[in-house]
Amino acid sequence: MIKALHMDVSHCTGCHQCEMACSYHHENVFNPSKSRIKIFSFPETGRNVPYTCTQCAEAWCMQACPVDAISVNVKTGAKEVSDALCVGCKVCTIACPFGTINYNHTTGKVAKCDLCGGDPDCVKVCPTPALSYIDAELTGMGKMREWAERTDSGAQATAT
Amino acid sequence: MAWTKKILRVDLSGGTCSTEPLNMEWATKYLGQRGLATKYFVEECDPKVDPLSPENKMIIATGPLTGTAAPTSGRWSVVCKGALTGAIACSNSGGFFGAELKNAGWDMIIFEGKSATPVYLDIENDQASLKDASALWGKSVWDTEDALRDIRGDNDIRIASIGQAGEAGNLFAAIVNDKDRAAGRSGVGAVMGSKNLKAIAVRGTLGVQVSDPMKFMQATGACNQILADNAVTGEGLPTYGTQVLMNVINETGALPTRNSSDVQFEGASKIGGEAMTAPRESDGKANLVSNSACFGCPISCQRVSQMDPEHFAVRGQPKYHGKEGGLEYEAAWALGAATGVSDLEALTFCNYICNENGMDPITLGSTVAAAMELYQIGAITSADTGGLVLEFGNTESLVEICKQTGLGEGFGKEIGQGSLRMCKKYGHPELSMTVKGQEFPAYDPRGIQGMGLSYATSNRGACHLRGYTVSSEILGIPEKTDPLTSDGKAGLVKAFQDVTAVVDSSGTCIFTTFALSLDDITPMIDADLEGDWTAETLLDLGERIWNMERQFNLDAGFTGADDALPDRLLKEAAKTGPAEGKVNELGKMLPEYYELRGWTPEGVPSNETLARLNM
Repeated sequence: MIKALHMDVSHCTGCHQCEMACSYHHENVFNPSKSRIKIFSFPETGRNVPYTCTQCAEAWCMQACPVDAISVNVKTGAKEVSDALCVGCKVCTIACPFGTINYNHTTGKVAKCDLCGGDPDCVKVCPTPALSYIDAELTGMGKMREWAERTDSGAQATAT
Repeated sequence: MAWTKKILRVDLSGGTCSTEPLNMEWATKYLGQRGLATKYFVEECDPKVDPLSPENKMIIATGPLTGTAAPTSGRWSVVCKGALTGAIACSNSGGFFGAELKNAGWDMIIFEGKSATPVYLDIENDQASLKDASALWGKSVWDTEDALRDIRGDNDIRIASIGQAGEAGNLFAAIVNDKDRAAGRSGVGAVMGSKNLKAIAVRGTLGVQVSDPMKFMQATGACNQILADNAVTGEGLPTYGTQVLMNVINETGALPTRNSSDVQFEGASKIGGEAMTAPRESDGKANLVSNSACFGCPISCQRVSQMDPEHFAVRGQPKYHGKEGGLEYEAAWALGAATGVSDLEALTFCNYICNENGMDPITLGSTVAAAMELYQIGAITSADTGGLVLEFGNTESLVEICKQTGLGEGFGKEIGQGSLRMCKKYGHPELSMTVKGQEFPAYDPRGIQGMGLSYATSNRGACHLRGYTVSSEILGIPEKTDPLTSDGKAGLVKAFQDVTAVVDSSGTCIFTTFALSLDDITPMIDADLEGDWTAETLLDLGERIWNMERQFNLDAGFTGADDALPDRLLKEAAKTGPAEGKVNELGKMLPEYYELRGWTPEGVPSNETLARLNM
């Protein structure tokens, strides 16, 4: 089963623990600026939004890479960057429509979410249900269930 | 290891910034943040200094856990001689500024002297410089943050600044960071303003290393689990914030009301946590939008509120119609119960004003309450107040006087001096609900006996955050004691004060101690730092910090006679509730406390005590 890092934005409190777990896992340091998952806060709307790579099936970063440094981990479905092959040309950062692959000037390579090899640390430290790691085919089930519950109770009908 | 071992020294008079190594002997004896900054302060600053003179210094400090994955690792402190009190001041804040400063590679910033013109300190990792702030002077905290992000072209910088109150010499001006987190008490913002320092903007991308990462992750994981499983930190605080206390404390008969003339407020249920989540009568929406977290915090007690845009305080003023930092318990009490006002929306607005203009809502609300009592007894009239009818419960007057105080205008200038100076000026010092010149917070010592001793002996003047015996006396943490008895409270107060000094020096939040004991916290500190750290060495360290602060105050001219409460709490019995007929029994607790502390009957640390603490 391929799993997906699922984000339920409504629960995020903006504590940045996921960023520390990520930077510690990949860089051995607590450093939000080196995290592959980022929390964006929008004070005017009171929202905190986690954002990271969604592991596109036909990943544009992977297709754009001129040296084949990005490959699919068949176990997790993650698109992983090989530091040995990456030459730091940054073409993938242009190709990615979401901006979730970024250049690290310290290493001279690009970095992106690799799902920690199938056990993402950000999910483990998230104190809310904002981050979960679930069956990639079922990421909409939570929302469907919520809507189904409202339908069953007749709430929609009576609300109109 | 989670010290950066680097200090930034900023000479505001000379306009220079320089780097120094951290004194590691002091770091191992005083840890960081509150303790270590105070050590530097007392070594460098004359205790007799005028707080608003260039000779006062101001230190901003992170702790060794700040910026790490430890739960609530966003804490930082400001230490100086307090403008409001003349005593040692240490104001502590959360948000994101502290972690950013740590990520930029600094344990501490020492500000000295005074700039000839307004400046701000600009930090990007190891690069620090003073820059012209004349275009920022006169701006609110909120506008200053927006302007600095524009100037820097970087949305990720974190900012701590003063608003108009700090510029105008308001003696309870706060330093506000991240728009609604504040180093609130004792007038640290007035000290910053007196130095012509408008703001500190910081961007840090260097990261924070700990000594033993594997052990550290285990220790933080264990603490996170305890915090999640605890009813207060896992449920009460996320859902209702500190406002979970309003109805509880009112029912206890310990909610200081109308300048402490009563201990229960008939409007309490309209201004507490439950009221914030209920639909408003006016528009059917709840005041509370969501909770929000400081850096690294799994508790997430911060309130995000949105006012009814048709409320009279904000009608036609769109800048107050968005989502902003909402009411905490102390602010809701001070602006509400203390003044007799039960309009939740108005209190929310007054709290916005405190964030926007940079003020401590506790001292603001308590001083307005004292002014209301002066007005009621005729000691001041509408001729003094510029026509304001300062009667208890007058919502319109509360809103107006808060606005005036934030901008340093009208009768707000008098309010801006704090209640002790104001009450003395109008001939009634007994109406100031203060200890060492600082207004006490939202727990009436007639109904919670231990808090009387805690206020009286707090080194920064009356305060709930120096020894929160409410935890034990009301909430039963770590064990329940009877709030109406003074028996055993001296030991309780000392124990809370010493542990709090440790937590305040670590870089984490005191709210963790609703769930975590010092034995839970110690493994995080031990894995964070080189050397062996035990709960015993930390407890000694906390006691050492307490005695160091005490010694500074004695050298500044305070004596045991200043460990006192307003007569009202000692002579006027509580009129209603469980504490009916009670006064605070400070006279019984204080000698016992001095003895437990190893102080002389005059309240001076004995030579044996100082030697025992290796001071």
